Amino acid sequence: METIDLTKSSLRDLNELLQRQSEIANQKQWEIINPKGAHAVAVGLNASLELSVKGSTGYYCAGMNQKANIKVYGSAGPGVCENMMSGCVTIEGDASQYAGATGQGGLLVIKGNAASRCGISMKGIDIVVHGNIGHMSAFMGQSGNLVVLGDTGDALGDSIYEARLFVRGNVKSLGADCVEKEMRSEHLNILQDLLNRSNANADAKEFKRYGSARKLYNFDIDNAGNY
Amino acid sequence: MTDHKAPHTTPVKPWTFDDHTNSYIRRAAATGIYDIRGGGAKRRVPHFDDLLFLGASMSRYPLEGYREKCDTSVKLGTRYAKNPIELDIPITIAGMSFGALSGQAKEALGRGASAAGTSTTTGDGGMTQEERGHSTKLIYQYLPSRYGMNPDDLRKADAIEIVVGQGAKPGGGGMLLGQKISDRVAEMRNLPKGIDQRSACRHPDWTGPDDLEIKILELREITGWKVPIYIKIGGARPYFDTTLAIKAGADVVVLDGMQGGTAATQDVFIEHVGQPTLACIRPAVQALEDLGMHRKVQLVLSGGIRTGADVAKALALGADAVSIGTGALIALGDNDPRWEKEYNKLGTTAGAYDDWHEGQDPAGITTQDPQLSARLDPILAGRRLENYLKVMTLEAQTIARACGKNHILNLEPEDLCALTIEAAAMAQVPLSGTNWIPGKPEE
Repeated sequence: METIDLTKSSLRDLNELLQRQSEIANQKQWEIINPKGAHAVAVGLNASLELSVKGSTGYYCAGMNQKANIKVYGSAGPGVCENMMSGCVTIEGDASQYAGATGQGGLLVIKGNAASRCGISMKGIDIVVHGNIGHMSAFMGQSGNLVVLGDTGDALGDSIYEARLFVRGNVKSLGADCVEKEMRSEHLNILQDLLNRSNANADAKEFKRYGSARKLYNFDIDNAGNY
Repeated sequence: MTDHKAPHTTPVKPWTFDDHTNSYIRRAAATGIYDIRGGGAKRRVPHFDDLLFLGASMSRYPLEGYREKCDTSVKLGTRYAKNPIELDIPITIAGMSFGALSGQAKEALGRGASAAGTSTTTGDGGMTQEERGHSTKLIYQYLPSRYGMNPDDLRKADAIEIVVGQGAKPGGGGMLLGQKISDRVAEMRNLPKGIDQRSACRHPDWTGPDDLEIKILELREITGWKVPIYIKIGGARPYFDTTLAIKAGADVVVLDGMQGGTAATQDVFIEHVGQPTLACIRPAVQALEDLGMHRKVQLVLSGGIRTGADVAKALALGADAVSIGTGALIALGDNDPRWEKEYNKLGTTAGAYDDWHEGQDPAGITTQDPQLSARLDPILAGRRLENYLKVMTLEAQTIARACGKNHILNLEPEDLCALTIEAAAMAQVPLSGTNWIPGKPEE
C-alpha cells in the first residue's frame, strides 16, 4: 500500500503519479489521505488500481475513470465519476449534484444520498444509490442503469432515451416521456446483479422499472407542449 | 366629355409584408412548425465590408510586397499549456461535427487545413479516425451533449475547446434530425438509429464561471496540463463573457458572431439572437486589455469571415486569429452552381441552399447519404480549401505590408476607418474623412 498525503503532495503530483501506473505496474494498492475536499482527485486513471480516499472530495473526483476501483470514505462533491468509462467507484457518504454525469461505463455506488441530476445524460454507466436522489435525475439518460433504493425527487427521467431506471421507494414525479414499464425477468436479473455487486441488501422484486415512452424521439408539433 | 380611364399608380407591395415575409406566413400556416435551417444570419448587418484600411502614406512606411517579409505565424494557448498551438497562418477551421458533415468532408477539412499549416476542430459527436489522421493539429470540442467524449480521444487532441455558446444561436442547443443518423453516427453517440439527437444548450456538470474554473482544472489534470483550453462563446455579451472566460482560466477565447454558421437551428434563432461579429470584437478586446491579458490569452474571432481583408480587419481590431466554417464549406464545394439542377429540385438555388439538416446535400458535404457523400473527393476538396486559405493569407499579408507591418498581428485599429456611422461605433474607428468615433469623446 502506497500512501499519498494531500497536505504534503500537490494535486498535480498525485494525478500524474496515478495516471502513470500501467496495467503491469506492481503497485496496485493506493491510499490518499487528507483530501480535504480537493477537486479533481484521482481523475483520468487508466489502470486496475485499488485506491482508497480517506475523507471527502470536491468536484469531479474520479472523473473519466478507466479500470480503477476507487473507494471514497467520505462524501463526494459535484460531478463525481463524470464521464466514467469503466471500473468501480464507491462513495461511502453522500454525493452532490451531477453524480455519474454522462458516464459511459463502469459502476458507481453511492451508499448515502445523491443530489439533483444524478445520472444526467448517462451513456452506459450503472449507478446504484442506496439512499434517495434529487430532482431531474437521469435527465436525457441514453443508456445504462440507475438504481435507487430510496425515493426520487421531481421529474425523474425527463426526456429519457434508453436508460433503465429502477426505484424501490417513492417517485415524486416523472419527467417528460418517462413512464413506468413492465419489469420482466431480464430486468430482474440485471437489477439483482447490480444490487449484489453494490452490496445492497435488497430484493429486485421490490423495485419498479421506469424508462422512455419513446414518444419524443422524433420531433412532432403535436407534442410541443411536452418539450 | 372625353372617355378615358384614370391612370393607376404602379402596384406597391408593403415593405412590412414583403414576398419573403408572406411566404414565411404561408409556410407557418401550412405546417404548424417553425423553419429550421443551417448556416448563419442572412440579414445584412454591419460587417467588415464597412471598414477600409488607410494604407501607408507620408507618415507610414509600407513594406515591399514581394521582397520584405510579413510574418503570419501565430501561437495560441500560451497562458498555461505546456504545448501551445503553433500555426503558420492566423486562420483556423471552426468546429463542425461528423454527423452534420460527411466523413469525406471532415477528411477534406483536415487535409486542407494541415496543408495550409493550420488547425481544424471536431464538433458534436466526437473525434473520427479520418479527422485525427488527416489533421496535424486538431482541436477537440467539449460540448454539452458529450456525445463520443472519452479520455483516450481527449489525450489525442492538440487543444480542447469548451463550447459555451455559438454565434448562430447563443443560448441554444442543437438537434441532429433522425434522417442524418446513420449506423456509424448512432454508434458514436450511443443512441438508436433514426431518432432525433438533441444537443443540450448547457453543460450537464457545471453551472457558471466558478464551476467552469474547476471543470478546466479537471480537464488539465486529465491531459497533464499539456494542451491549451479554449472557451468558445457566442456573441451575446462579449465584454462580460470574455472577462468570465479569462477568469475561469481559458488559454484562448473563441468569439463567434451571429453570422457564424450552425448545422441546424430555428431560423428565428439565427436571425434574431446574438450580435454581429463586428459589434463583438471591440468589447472582447477591451475585456482582455482591462485584465492585462491581451495577447496573453489569445482571441479567435469567427462569424462571417470570408476574405483576406476580413482576416486583416479582424486582426487589426485586436484578434489573434480567425476561424472559418461556412467559407471552408464553400471552398470544399458547398452551394456550387454545378449542382444547380439538383438544388432546383430541392426548391432552392445555388448560394441559397441551407437545408443542411435534411441530409440531401447535392454536394455531398452536409449529408450522411453514402451516394451523395461519395461525390466529394476529399483530396481534391482538401486542395481547394488549402488554396482558399493560402489566398486569404496572401491577401491579408498584402494589406499588412501596405500598412507597413512586418507581422500580421502588428495591424492595429489606427490602420482602419469606417464607411458608416454604425460600423465606426462598433469597430471604434473613425468615420471615413473625419476623426469622429461615435460614442467616444473627441480628443
